Amino acid sequence: MKITEGLRGAVRRVDDCVWEIPAEAKPGMLVPARLYASGSLLEQMDDGVFEQVTNVACLPGIVRASLCMPDGHWGYGFPIGGVAAFRADTGVISPGGIGFDINCGMRLLRTGLTEDEVRPRLPELIAALFAAVPAGVGAKGFVRLSGAEFRQVMVQGAGWCVARGYGWPEDLAHIEGQGCLAGADPAHVSPRALERGMEQLGTLGSGNHYLEIQVVRPGAVHDEPVARVLGVDGPGQIFVMLHCGSRGFGHQVGTDYLKIFDRAMPQYGITVRDRELACAPFRSKEGQAYFGAMTAAANTAFANRQVITHRIREVFSKVFGRDARALGLTVIYDVCHNTAKVERHRVDGRELELVVHRKGATRAFGPGEPDVPADFREIGQPVIIGGSMETGSALLVGTARAMAETWGSTAHGAGRTMSRAQAKRRIWGETLIKDMQARGILVRAASKAGVAEEAGFAYKDLTAVVDTLHRLDISRRVVSLTPIGNIKG
Amino acid sequence: MGRYTFLEDVALADCAVELEGRSLDDLFETAAAALARLMVDPGTLTITVERTITLESAELDMLLYDWLSEMIFLKDRDSQVFPHARVQVSGQGPYRLAAEVQGGTIEPGRTALGADPKAVTLHQFALEQVPGGWRARVVIDI
Repeated sequence: MKITEGLRGAVRRVDDCVWEIPAEAKPGMLVPARLYASGSLLEQMDDGVFEQVTNVACLPGIVRASLCMPDGHWGYGFPIGGVAAFRADTGVISPGGIGFDINCGMRLLRTGLTEDEVRPRLPELIAALFAAVPAGVGAKGFVRLSGAEFRQVMVQGAGWCVARGYGWPEDLAHIEGQGCLAGADPAHVSPRALERGMEQLGTLGSGNHYLEIQVVRPGAVHDEPVARVLGVDGPGQIFVMLHCGSRGFGHQVGTDYLKIFDRAMPQYGITVRDRELACAPFRSKEGQAYFGAMTAAANTAFANRQVITHRIREVFSKVFGRDARALGLTVIYDVCHNTAKVERHRVDGRELELVVHRKGATRAFGPGEPDVPADFREIGQPVIIGGSMETGSALLVGTARAMAETWGSTAHGAGRTMSRAQAKRRIWGETLIKDMQARGILVRAASKAGVAEEAGFAYKDLTAVVDTLHRLDISRRVVSLTPIGNIKG
Repeated sequence: MGRYTFLEDVALADCAVELEGRSLDDLFETAAAALARLMVDPGTLTITVERTITLESAELDMLLYDWLSEMIFLKDRDSQVFPHARVQVSGQGPYRLAAEVQGGTIEPGRTALGADPKAVTLHQFALEQVPGGWRARVVIDI
């Protein structure tokens, strides 16, 4: 990808925190590109964002605009923070618009514990979680599956786990798509993907994946009535946040189909500006096969987070000497941020079936939507935004404005501003771990270098991202969460 | 062996690497070393495993894609990393690779872990012959 000069200069403000690059800015653009950001966040976006969001605007069947959320940064194919909807009948599906880590996502558990109860046991708790949830390169999970069982996981997702005792039946209602997306087809999954992922159920991975113990600080509840509905009692309450995806299984599905699409494009007369945007018509043989395999990987990611939830409950139960139910360890929500889903949205006054790609972007359905759990339907779908391991995360809810403006989508994190190598040059992993411990955040990591890569200064200010989302009204802030313990790959 | 350089300002959350080799074989061997360095500190890996790998691809650049993807696959399936490789690339399309690789199994507590690569992307992916050898650019999803 060669950076096109002048794209940043072509950005025009169209509303408060809404910016547009017109379709005339680059040959081949079918729709404008829209960036949702404050002026400051827009300035922090690297040139790759402008190149990639306009490349996506060139893909066949794209509807209305190619979107980028406030945490956008240079990815591969789509920008991270990219959202695009394609007509299901005439548009495409692109693995580069989903990412290799299919259904990478966030899960948030509440507890009935307070920081006063947890802090004295924190070293023991972190050590036990680090032992129970394998992390880092080459890690294997504790669930042993046959090929037939793994195929069941692909179709049933988190429900497979609950049926075998890895979770509670009520967990499922609080997972996007009830933890099982329709359309998964193991017949379109390669034997290599099966081999690669079969022993990884219940593993965290590495990079920016984590398991975190968090607390609500005084003043961090921004909307008390909504917070109460979500299970937030108030300051001092402990939460557990999980960020991981479909592991090697999903990565292999992405690898397999990127090659298939790269070869298939000429037969459909499609050319792309970046080979990572390789795509095929959604209704084509290749498009449907990928959708079946990708959905299988998405369901496996739900299963992965479900199995880890089971381990978290076991550990809490052992450390605090009480049943996990007595500890109030319930799932608030589990939401994807790397998927393509078939959804119905209103376009020019009529409902259309669209394939909505979210790459580093979170679904944020508003109040009243049937896909929002019944107990949250009045307040909107919970949105979990992971910040850096130093600065904290946020819980928000989706809005009607998001439905109208961004295909019911919002940001997924703080967004990087610095490369991994730059971050490692600024601080040693061990130094950062000691610094964080001095500030009351206990870290256990499989890779010390990986800790340095995830330092808070490598990310944008999460508060600025969340404030922008709130100002845009594409999601509303409910509570900010501060880390006190972190497990990293 | 050739040379590899991790690039800092490409795809911030991922890892871009530029590879240079005196020959195609050298470039592929350098690519394996770079990927292994990304995953672990090779000095903390006990070299105990030898494998033979053969691959075939209609396009030369996709042979490099397949080669690196194979290493990532073995990392996940067998928890093995291969810093050392002797590679022979032949053919004019299809292109063939025959390699003898040496490496070890990741040992928790002993092996110093780095990043856990997910996949080789085609973003800015390039393999080209240059004066004095071959050069490639690869962005790896972390």
